[in-house]
Amino acid sequence: MTLTVQEFLQIDVPALLAAVLVCAACALVGNFLVLRRQGLMGDAVSHAVLPGIVAGFLVAGTRETLPMMLGALAAAALAGVLIEAIRRLGRLESGAAMGVVFTVMFAAGVVMIERAAASGVDLDADCVLYGQLETILWLAPTGWASLLDPAAWAAMPREVVTLGAVFALCLALVVLFYKELKITTFDPALASTLGIPAGLFHYGVVLLVATTAIAAFEAVGSILVIAMLIAPPASARLLTDRMAVQLVLSVALGVLAAVVGYGAAAFGPLWLGAEHSLNAAGMIAVAAGLILALAVLFGPTHGILGKRRAVGRLRTLVTTDAVAADGRRP
Amino acid sequence: MIPAIMDEAWRILTFQAGFNSAVVVAGTAALGLAGGTVGTFLLLRRRALVSDALSHATLPGIAIAFLIGAALGLPGRSLPLLLAGAVASGVLGLLTIQALVRHTRLTEDAAIGAVLSVFFGLGIVLLSLIQNLELGGQAGLKTFILGQTAAMAQGEAVGIGLLAAAAAAAVALLFKELRVLAFDPGFAAVQGWPVARLDLLLMGLAALVTVIGLQTVGLILVVALLIVPPAAARFWTDRLSTLTVVAALIGALSGWLGATLSALLPKLPAGAVIVLVAGAIFLVSFLFAPARGLVAVALRQARLRLDFAERRALSVLLGGGSVKGMLGAWLGLRGFVRTGTLTERGREAARAAERNRRLWDRFLTDYPTLIPAHVNWGVDPIDDVLPVDMVRMLEERGAS
Repeated sequence: MTLTVQEFLQIDVPALLAAVLVCAACALVGNFLVLRRQGLMGDAVSHAVLPGIVAGFLVAGTRETLPMMLGALAAAALAGVLIEAIRRLGRLESGAAMGVVFTVMFAAGVVMIERAAASGVDLDADCVLYGQLETILWLAPTGWASLLDPAAWAAMPREVVTLGAVFALCLALVVLFYKELKITTFDPALASTLGIPAGLFHYGVVLLVATTAIAAFEAVGSILVIAMLIAPPASARLLTDRMAVQLVLSVALGVLAAVVGYGAAAFGPLWLGAEHSLNAAGMIAVAAGLILALAVLFGPTHGILGKRRAVGRLRTLVTTDAVAADGRRP
Repeated sequence: MIPAIMDEAWRILTFQAGFNSAVVVAGTAALGLAGGTVGTFLLLRRRALVSDALSHATLPGIAIAFLIGAALGLPGRSLPLLLAGAVASGVLGLLTIQALVRHTRLTEDAAIGAVLSVFFGLGIVLLSLIQNLELGGQAGLKTFILGQTAAMAQGEAVGIGLLAAAAAAAVALLFKELRVLAFDPGFAAVQGWPVARLDLLLMGLAALVTVIGLQTVGLILVVALLIVPPAAARFWTDRLSTLTVVAALIGALSGWLGATLSALLPKLPAGAVIVLVAGAIFLVSFLFAPARGLVAVALRQARLRLDFAERRALSVLLGGGSVKGMLGAWLGLRGFVRTGTLTERGREAARAAERNRRLWDRFLTDYPTLIPAHVNWGVDPIDDVLPVDMVRMLEERGAS
């Protein structure tokens, strides 16, 4: 089976574009979750939005993005309020409060999906978990020349357009509020004394994560969203101590994971002589995991090997100093 | 129609709807019991969400075990092999989290999120590979994700019941050790308890519950069995032994009702139904539990506020002042005040309150180190809180 240019442009380019945009947007906002020790918020949000998505779908009756997105945002807000209420009023630790809320909401979503599926609605639990990267099609291009044709670009599938808009929004907000985000992340108390509303930024970050997760959800599924929120920022965190560098690096690593993962899933099996491709969302998560593993092992200053080497160098230094001191002794 | 369903529900609940459904319901209840018991200590040890990563991380193990089974020519879906694979990759996920937290600067939440999603992603890739290879018996694999009680055969249900009972028994046997681990690991380590090994044991028990729950509840929601019942039980009591028992009961009840409901509604995934039942019990506990429920706490606070206001009003009246409005009406209702002045009964109550306040003041200033916990200082009757000789001493000191 050979790959034609037209197939590549119609099937692979839009899917790859969607994956790259998702990974870039998630990695960018994920930095603030990782630095604020709220990594599990991504986990909670991406499970808890399920009933909202299904409700939006059932109310609107179509697979339009807007009602689903509104439903998901409402569900995310509800989850946030419930977690906070259980934590404050019930005096439970936040991990348990999150665990209760997101499992119960996810269960409600699953039941709603199955009820809807029973009455012949086209929605299933699988697409929520794994996403539907493979079904994003761009029918306009016929060959390389179409890439120069504005009409073909205008026919870009709406998933890609939505994701592009969300990435632009994230980028704009992060650039615009870079200073405030930085200070509220590292020292919320100092931020408050300087008159920056740290609480507002806390909720702003959560809201931005929710928006990104929801937009990404339909294309790539909940699991990849969690992977992309956490793994690239965590890798970047091991490679640098500067926040600006970390932000850029995490986006680059996210894009790398998307390209490598998508390539391995879509073309790897074909090269090995198999008939079908593998699940792309899963493979991108695996690629992100491999990148993280490499960063953990080989990160220059914070990697395990790097730290070991630094300890070894210190040991040599101390021994040689001791020997030198010994030699000077009469 | 409705009476028929009610009748059927009653027969399943009371184990009279045929041997198979009775075994499944009993097995699920046992699973809930084990989840509540083990989960109590996970909750207190603040490890609730680590088990979420554990359960997601079982998926690649299941898929690899299936591939190995297929390569060895075993019949499509050999359950022990799949569960062994699940344990292996779940434990590998746990160890990865531990290693990330210990050897890198990443915090636990990032480690959990990364392991959870990457392992699950690998599992999904392997599932799509299995689908492409078109091996037999793969249909059962998807039930591991969202669960299905109907998938439970009799022998499996008995096995689940036995393993769950073993997990609960292990917690009962190691109750003392787990208690010290849950409340003060530092103290436990100083006292020479093998804290690291106990932690490992606790996570091992969590892994056991996760794996036996995979088929019924599914790997995404099995963590709810470990989190929701103990969290709900927390509203009913402050004592660990009671907490463990209540959590076990709530877990068993969720499993029992949930399995019954999903037997009645076979289209719905069992795991989700069980979790929703547990969630409903949580909601009821959160609102109405007498010990720490929202309503009980609000009532207690209102009561305390009223008590306080009443005493202050009485002391104002005793000093010759007057009290108007709602509070005045309330005092009239209580028979303490008539036509703006204290009645004999009111005078008595005011004197008692005044004495109580005076003794409390003296106690709080003279013996600040002896102040008891869980008492409303200055409001609770001091004779009920402190020993008789202490009260007498305070009175004598006041007289001199």
